[in-house]
Amino acid sequence: MRKLIAIVVAVWAIASPALAEESIRVFDTWARATILASRPGAAYLTIESAAEDRLLGVTTPVAGHVMIHAVEKDGDVSRMKHIETLELPAGERVTLAPGGMHLMLMALQDKLSEGTTFPMTLSFETAGEVTVEVSVLGIAAQGPREAAE
Amino acid sequence: MASTKTTQLRRIRFSLWILVAAAVLALGGAYFVRTIGVREPPPVTVGEAAIRSEFSLIDHNGNRVTEADFLGRWQLVFFGFTHCPDVCPTTLAYIANVLDRLSGEVERVAPIFITVDPSRDTPEVMAEYVQAFHPKLTGLTGSEAEVAAAAQSFRVYYEKMEEETAPDGYLMAHAGHIYLMTPEGRFEDVFREGEQSAEEMATDVLARMNGKQ
Repeated sequence: MRKLIAIVVAVWAIASPALAEESIRVFDTWARATILASRPGAAYLTIESAAEDRLLGVTTPVAGHVMIHAVEKDGDVSRMKHIETLELPAGERVTLAPGGMHLMLMALQDKLSEGTTFPMTLSFETAGEVTVEVSVLGIAAQGPREAAE
Repeated sequence: MASTKTTQLRRIRFSLWILVAAAVLALGGAYFVRTIGVREPPPVTVGEAAIRSEFSLIDHNGNRVTEADFLGRWQLVFFGFTHCPDVCPTTLAYIANVLDRLSGEVERVAPIFITVDPSRDTPEVMAEYVQAFHPKLTGLTGSEAEVAAAAQSFRVYYEKMEEETAPDGYLMAHAGHIYLMTPEGRFEDVFREGEQSAEEMATDVLARMNGKQ
């Protein structure tokens, strides 16, 4: 019986983070190559969460600090707005893409070079931590789908 | 008695028709307002006279230049800054894409990137930055006052926003327009990345260069 409990616990321990990742999907993750290491970079992705959740923060070893930015258009003027947490309504896709929301990667260790990848960890209120691999595309890239075409 | 009833009915019918007419007018009006209302006003078309190419700035090679140095070529002018992670690289890459589509005519165009953040965007920074986008792109910087004067002549709005968490404690807000100026330095048109493909903008610019529009 004790053995069975141990197995159940072990299976549960292995399965639960996987389940968490199942309920939240992070895809189309990419960053634009940067020219100067002293300048911030931008990363983009799409998140789809089965249940209502919230993105609390993002970390990556390549940057000292990551900020979630929305772009507010006030007439003709674009203002970047720092948002603390990103609301994820159940079953809705939230897309961060050029000209709109983006993750601003600050204090880069080095410039982001096209063709490389780096890990990025997203912390969700309910789903916990999800680590994704981010592909660095060229400075002219508009998104990973375009690159694949 | 019967006739009074008929009159009453007639009156009711008349009132109902008035209501229907009012409803139609209200709905039609709302539809009209919505269709017209959602259209954004056209960007800064303050007229040809208001937007001028007038500046005295330092190019990315460290030389002082004025608008006179670019006369004789069609100028594509964009204001931004190198700490801008999203709109600026997207727009500059778009301009580079447009230039590549001008093929043989590219020599007749002077693409210019003017920083609104001159304290951080020195000529050295601008050199490394613009060359990554396109070999033809000229980066311009200067003193705060010189940049303000240049932005004023193009009627470009920008501002410094305090933001504790941002590098150096501030972010810049700016209008992301690309100005097309004639070889005489007069305003021709304004474009925005995302409003037409690079191919479409290149075709449009070529048509104007060749006097087809």
